[in-house]
Amino acid sequence: MGWLTDPFRYAFMQNALLAAVLIGVTCAVLGVYVVQRRMAFVGDAMAHTTLPGLVIAHLGGWSLSVGGLAAAGVTAVAIAWVSRRGRVKEDTAIGVVLTGMFAVGVLLMSRTRSFRDLSHMLFGNVLGVTAADLWLIAGVAALVLAALALFHKELELTSYDPTHAEVLGLRPGLTRLLLLGLLALAVVTGIQAVGVILTNALLVTPAAAAALLTDRLPVRMALAALISTGCAAGGLVASYALEASSGASIVLACTASFAAAAAFATARRQFRPARGD
Amino acid sequence: MSDPLLPYSRGRHADPDPDAPALSTDRLTVCYSGGDRVALRAVSLRVARGARVALVGPNGAGKSTLLKAVAGLLPVASGGVKVYGNPVGACHHRVAYLPQRGDIDWTFPVSVARFVLAGRYVHLGWLRRPGRRDRDAVTTVLERLGLADLAGRQIGRLSGGQQQRAILARALAQGADLLLLDEPLNAVDAATRDAIDAVTADLRDEGKSMLVATHDLGRLANSFDSAVYLEAGAVVPPPAGAFCGAPCCAPAERGPAWAG
Repeated sequence: MGWLTDPFRYAFMQNALLAAVLIGVTCAVLGVYVVQRRMAFVGDAMAHTTLPGLVIAHLGGWSLSVGGLAAAGVTAVAIAWVSRRGRVKEDTAIGVVLTGMFAVGVLLMSRTRSFRDLSHMLFGNVLGVTAADLWLIAGVAALVLAALALFHKELELTSYDPTHAEVLGLRPGLTRLLLLGLLALAVVTGIQAVGVILTNALLVTPAAAAALLTDRLPVRMALAALISTGCAAGGLVASYALEASSGASIVLACTASFAAAAAFATARRQFRPARGD
Repeated sequence: MSDPLLPYSRGRHADPDPDAPALSTDRLTVCYSGGDRVALRAVSLRVARGARVALVGPNGAGKSTLLKAVAGLLPVASGGVKVYGNPVGACHHRVAYLPQRGDIDWTFPVSVARFVLAGRYVHLGWLRRPGRRDRDAVTTVLERLGLADLAGRQIGRLSGGQQQRAILARALAQGADLLLLDEPLNAVDAATRDAIDAVTADLRDEGKSMLVATHDLGRLANSFDSAVYLEAGAVVPPPAGAFCGAPCCAPAERGPAWAG
């Protein structure tokens, strides 16, 4: 068991584990909605559009998290605003904004000297998480999970029957805005762990794996959180042992767990045919 | 996002006017979003308490639009809607709109019981969790519609007819007195038709009122008290020989719909 506990003798590895688990759980639980409501592309866009915010914060010497959060917040509002009017299709508008913002970020990056810091933005550096970062990550996790719990029945209902919600006076646009806001928060923490390019994996993959295993929403959320926690820990241990990128290792652990879930679901279907009526 | 037509909060529900009909519209005009095309033109009709009224017309006649305007889903351009004597929204907990099956994402991971529980949300509003009374209401309704054995099943694993019954169960769990049904018998099997017919007959006996959009003309005479014919967004006289309900020709004690 030494190989399993050895890496966590170091304080930076303990911080990394705590951060990865908090981030993983936040993204996984929120990801259940992202997957079910087919918002994966929105999550991807939000991660990419944070880049200019991160770079500007880096150049100005401000907190990267705050810079990323500001950029993600702008994106959330912009997407909600664009999807409100029907002139441009939502995915088209997102495609335009995503690539434009990302290009601005890359352009700004090319003007800085320190490539090392900036590669952390693209690929994440959970090993460099500071105590201050950890507090922010914990705060975001608490906020996102609390909001999902408090507005559970509203988020659920507007997801599967927006018409009934509207008859009750509950506007689907309002819960969509709430989800986009939470998505922005989750993305900023995800960037710390796996970077801009891979953040979407934390949102989508554990939730997609859990969706293959159960069709009960709370169970699906718990399962996604569990898978994510396992992948965060497993990915960190593997990256320590192989001296490989921590972000990529965590994401690959997620991918492997999805493959396992898919294989299990297929086997179960063959073994026990779907119930007929 | 449209303007909020209805408040989502409990405790803001007006009391019904004891003498008012379940539903009355007065020269109701509704436009499609964008505002240039008229979807409903000066529609006046009345649904008495305890009446089952059919809303008949070809596709695009405005049947769904009328139901949605009454449910508060569409803004009214001119004219008025009164539900139990109150404007739309003042007592919308007494009104249930039953959408067509296609409006719902049946792949969403909720059980039948949880789906029906959503009928209770109008009594709860933000932050309140469903309690014992809400769950008891769901259990009763599921038994009544023959869905008790399926309570734990994910909604996508129901047959079309069972899904239709689940939608009706949700309206019953709400305890609504006026039910607006949009093509409830569309593409369902004979057994479900009979089950829905039986339940709606019971509901009428309990004094619930129903306005049902349908194009199933064959069943009109035995299932409804009267019929309102819509064409191109306006109420038209019934076609020659068509069922219009006894009271349409001679006023009866039930006092059902009148056209014009």
